[in-house]
Amino acid sequence: MRKCTLYSIESPYREPLDVLGYKFGSGEKSICVVGAMRGNEVQQMYVCSQIIKELQRIESYGRIADGCEIMVVPCVNYYSMNIGKRFWTMDNTDINRMFPGYSLGETTQRIADGLFEQLRGYKFGIQFASFYQPGDFLTHVKLMHTGFTDPEKMRDFGLPYAFVREPRPYDTTTLNYNWQIWETNAFSFFLNSTDNIDERSAVDAVDSVIRFMTRQGIIKGSGKGGYLTEIISEKDVVQIHSNIAGIYIPKVNAGDRFSKGDQLCEIFDPMEGEVISQVKAPFDGIVFFRYNRPLEFENSVIFKLIRR
Amino acid sequence: MVKTIAQAGLAVNENLVIKRNRITNPNMGLTGKKRVCIVTGTHGDELEGQYVCAKLAGYLSENSSALDGIVDIYPALNPLGIDSITRGIPMFDLDMNRIFPGTSEGTMAECIAADIISDIKGADICIDIHSSNIYLKEIPQVRINEISADELVPYAKMLNIDYIWVHSAATVLESTLAYSLNELGTKTLVVEMGVGMRITKEYCDQLFDGILNLLKNVGVWNGKTKPVREPILSTDHDVDFINSSAAGIFVPCVDHWVDIEKGAHIGDVLDPATGRVEEYVTAPCAGKIFTLREFPVVYGGSLIARILGGKNNA
Ligand SMILES: [Zn+2]
Repeated sequence: MRKCTLYSIESPYREPLDVLGYKFGSGEKSICVVGAMRGNEVQQMYVCSQIIKELQRIESYGRIADGCEIMVVPCVNYYSMNIGKRFWTMDNTDINRMFPGYSLGETTQRIADGLFEQLRGYKFGIQFASFYQPGDFLTHVKLMHTGFTDPEKMRDFGLPYAFVREPRPYDTTTLNYNWQIWETNAFSFFLNSTDNIDERSAVDAVDSVIRFMTRQGIIKGSGKGGYLTEIISEKDVVQIHSNIAGIYIPKVNAGDRFSKGDQLCEIFDPMEGEVISQVKAPFDGIVFFRYNRPLEFENSVIFKLIRR
Repeated sequence: MVKTIAQAGLAVNENLVIKRNRITNPNMGLTGKKRVCIVTGTHGDELEGQYVCAKLAGYLSENSSALDGIVDIYPALNPLGIDSITRGIPMFDLDMNRIFPGTSEGTMAECIAADIISDIKGADICIDIHSSNIYLKEIPQVRINEISADELVPYAKMLNIDYIWVHSAATVLESTLAYSLNELGTKTLVVEMGVGMRITKEYCDQLFDGILNLLKNVGVWNGKTKPVREPILSTDHDVDFINSSAAGIFVPCVDHWVDIEKGAHIGDVLDPATGRVEEYVTAPCAGKIFTLREFPVVYGGSLIARILGGKNNA
């Protein structure tokens, strides 16, 4: 394992921000894994740290394939993580909305530029991303469909579901999109939690990423196990909106199976305690996303469901 | 007449409410008359538009007999943001100017965006007033996407602003209010002026005169107007950016919008602990500074100024 500083920036009031990368094996740039780009992506950083630990073990057994280099970047924006902010400390910009970056531009454009310089050129790229709304996902990989990366490749992660989504205008400045423009096969990996550590699901995520590397021949081994992945798209996912604001108590978890008519959540009047709404499952399915905060607004997306 | 045009329930005993004040001439019918919308407050930390709206609403209501059309004022598209000095929509960490045109099938923010679009849609002209952010002070200017420059520049010239910046198209900007409305055929001009969290009265008064002039030119206003200034067009000039290359505090030594020579001293980036000059900032070209840093703390990359350079040969 080689630890290197990929990008460094001076701050007037803090120690420099050094973005660290951990490299394994040598040769062709085979795969790059990126963790927390936002200050609240703690589980994303944790999973990457566990991948680094696992790759050290694999490397010590001589199981990194010859001529392959793997790089893992566990945390880009620890400045924000250390002070409990989600976006860039000073101007609240999102580094993941600054790619491919600009070396003569604003601070976060420079960070994106300096980082992208190092992240570019890998054959595969995996980013542990998070959703802009607070909530829990059924662990899955997502492909932003630009026509470059083959959706079938997502099966190699061996997760139950993989999701293909058409890019929107605001996606064009993300790492995932730009990776693909620069010919890296890029995937976004969504974990079931963000702000909190979930050890069990982290183990599954590490296994999935190692399985993917093995199936690409980057790690020696059989690459067995995992699920037969079902590839779904936006048309397979039904969003459930709340019809009223209040206190929200979910009755199911991300990944749970349910039958038509099952209760998904209750919404309570925040002052008088009465149940003011009960959301029932409109069909048999699986919970793909579940909102996870106690208070919710009218029209909030509280569930995303997959038909079964 | 003040009307709620979009609304959504918040968790505890409150609604998010977006309002519009429609000002018309009570003695005149409205059929076939033009409609101009003044919108502001998409970014909760930008407040210059608050004063422009207040001044306009007060003046037009008092002089409504000189109106010959509809003026709709939307003072706060992101009322929760303004209330809490939050640039985006509080609780969502979302830039409201990245979710247009919205959808009634979407999240609360997207539903609100769709309601705003459907209310403004069909107007003849919309003026979307922004005030930079808390970091940079801007001379009164209109920013126009190059794809709609031919259509919009003549209207921008009516607004009594100093500068028209025609910028290149970027996919990411397709989710702005202005882009979405221009797509739908409502000519929308984006004004940027002043600085976040402040009211620069002089600039607001300048734009107020410009809006009255525009209203008159499009036939919505028959009252008094003042002559307007001729703005400089960016396409005739080079634009240079100065970004800090050091970290520290930036202290300027020039004024906004005055002529400077190439190499002129613009300010210093200082180390507050030692007083050392980390960077002696100079002008890369002769011209006028139209953007100047207001917030003192800088990192490498922080924008310090934009300069409108000499005439180019394009
Ligand atoms: Zn703005």
